[in-house]
Amino acid sequence: MIETPEMHRGVRVGGWSWVWRPWIVLVTVVLTALTFLIFSVSIAIGDFTIELPAVFRTLIGQGERVDEFVIMDLRMPRALVGLIAGVALGISGALTQSIARNPLASPDVLGITGGASATAVFVVTASGGTAIANSIGLSTAALAGGLLTGFLVYFMAWKKGIDGFRLILIGVSVSAVTQALTTWLLVLADLRDVARAQRWLVGSLDSRSWSEVWASVWIMAALVLVVLVAAFQMRPMHFGDDVAAGLGVRYSAVRAILLLCAVLLAGVAVSAAGPVPFVALVAPQITMRLMRTPVPPLIASGLFGALLLIGSDLIARTVLPNDLPVGIVTAIIGGPFLVYLLVRANLKRAA
Amino acid sequence: MVVEQRGPEPAPAPEGPHRRRRLGLAGLLVLLAAASVLSLVVGARSLTPAEVWQGLFGDPGGDQRLVEITLIVQTLRVPRTVLAVVAGIGLGVAGALIQGHTRNPIADTGLLGVNSGASFAVVLSVYLFGLSSPLQYMWFAFLGAAVAGVLVFGLSSLGRGAGNPLTLALAGQGVTVFLAAMTTAVALGSTQALDVLRFWNAGSVQGVGFDVIWPAAVFIGVGVFLALLNLPAINLLNLGDDVARGLGVNIAANRTIGVVAITLLAGAATAACGPIAFLGLMVAHVARWFTGPDYRWLVPYAGLLGAAVLLLGDIAGRLVARPAELQAGIVIALIGAPFFAVLVWLGKFRQA
Repeated sequence: MIETPEMHRGVRVGGWSWVWRPWIVLVTVVLTALTFLIFSVSIAIGDFTIELPAVFRTLIGQGERVDEFVIMDLRMPRALVGLIAGVALGISGALTQSIARNPLASPDVLGITGGASATAVFVVTASGGTAIANSIGLSTAALAGGLLTGFLVYFMAWKKGIDGFRLILIGVSVSAVTQALTTWLLVLADLRDVARAQRWLVGSLDSRSWSEVWASVWIMAALVLVVLVAAFQMRPMHFGDDVAAGLGVRYSAVRAILLLCAVLLAGVAVSAAGPVPFVALVAPQITMRLMRTPVPPLIASGLFGALLLIGSDLIARTVLPNDLPVGIVTAIIGGPFLVYLLVRANLKRAA
Repeated sequence: MVVEQRGPEPAPAPEGPHRRRRLGLAGLLVLLAAASVLSLVVGARSLTPAEVWQGLFGDPGGDQRLVEITLIVQTLRVPRTVLAVVAGIGLGVAGALIQGHTRNPIADTGLLGVNSGASFAVVLSVYLFGLSSPLQYMWFAFLGAAVAGVLVFGLSSLGRGAGNPLTLALAGQGVTVFLAAMTTAVALGSTQALDVLRFWNAGSVQGVGFDVIWPAAVFIGVGVFLALLNLPAINLLNLGDDVARGLGVNIAANRTIGVVAITLLAGAATAACGPIAFLGLMVAHVARWFTGPDYRWLVPYAGLLGAAVLLLGDIAGRLVARPAELQAGIVIALIGAPFFAVLVWLGKFRQA
């Protein structure tokens, strides 16, 4: 290009400095507002509708008693679990795609989903209906299984450091093993348990409680903090390992930490909402296009993930028949998007 | 483009490579025959070879025990052995062909979403038409496998051909996740579909009659024939499209033949047994280790190896969980996935 691109102004506060990019700030603010709006709508709609102003009043503690009971005790946990799982999936997806340097990568292939699924199906089929009634036990077991598998993939892929390519292929292989085990468990199980397990396997936000919300909130907050601190070191890594090393980034350590965070975040999301497909794949890619950044942005991806998940849940509750879980909606959105990404990736390479 | 790293060249045998390869092929045939005999003998009720012989060719007469043996051998053991051999050949040849055409060492019918396409079609047909016998939904499985395979294969080879193995694997994974969610959406609405689905998904050669096996065998036979026609061209296509065109290969025609052959082979095998992942990938790599990169040898090797491995996997599944059985598809996945992981770890796949 002949004309020089418009320069952005630098901002410096004490020891910190960054570039002021109005567009990115604007998109983030708009995304936050939209997420809050859809969050409120999700609370407002249910067996009977509560007017939006009443929802806002209740959220700031000025609502009527009836509304307060319905909102705070019944609908809030579901929406909050959607918010948390969405943010966790979005950030986890952005990290995975950055590390693997492939727009099609998502934390599903890191083994967490497969491990969590196999464990959850085992719990459901081994204990019958009791595990569903006690859904905290189920989500804890799924979390443990998912993380165990995630670490297994991580250590199997370790060969003088972590390499995105090897990591994902090892993840595909480990996922296949867990999938085979899941299939086998389903063959052995009672048919009624199979239906319950299948429902969990596609990801759902039904009947959540406050205790599940609090457990995931704290873990997620801690992880997001770590990610945001480490993210400063990640930016030079997009230029390749050699450049990053030249700029003084210990890329091997940074990559290991961020990947660990991606695994843990995905684990939090899966244990809270089940393996909801495609949110982690779609959110970073759409956000990247909205923001016109060359790499998936972290915070905005999280926001968009929440927007996508809560919105899909809303669609699943209001439009779909049979009380189908949210994972079906995200798959319907994500499938065509995947095809679009594939076509784009291939055509770009051919050009 | 993808480059497969070659191992060190094996020391040339004094008799020349062709003789060695022919000997290897003969050895594989012997292995396959031995595995077939084993497959007739081993099971929930073990039989001696003499009893099997009696069950196959003898006249049971009025003896209760002999009638029982004849029944076991002829209606259970023989069909599953035949199906394992036929489907194994189909999946093995398809695996080698897919790798040859995509020039992608990671290509496999399971990884590319063919299996999940078949699953979705089966569940949908059971839900919509209330089908209950494998003979009926086999055709839908075939259709689903073909559509999903062509979709993934086509999408990932748009532009200048399937490039990055990682993109192909992730595309297959994504399509699988999508179809699995759709399958669940249908299955949650119908208990019958759910029940068919879970058994079908395990991938088994057991309990399928000759009424299903014969059509599948015909499709696989046609597929193998097309594959053999395709072999010389694959060697040239692997030099790159430009070079191949310069050497007089009709690229479009040969690619078409290849895709049709792969669809017939993998689709028929999947329709008859259910999803069996990693078999094609595994045997193609083992075959390459024996024969080198010449597809005229590699594909027959992969076919025979596929049959032998599927048969042995089925036998192993009968032995580990006696008197119950572990389905062959699960056994193959449990063997094949670690095999794949080892290949990855050894650096057999490279991003170029």
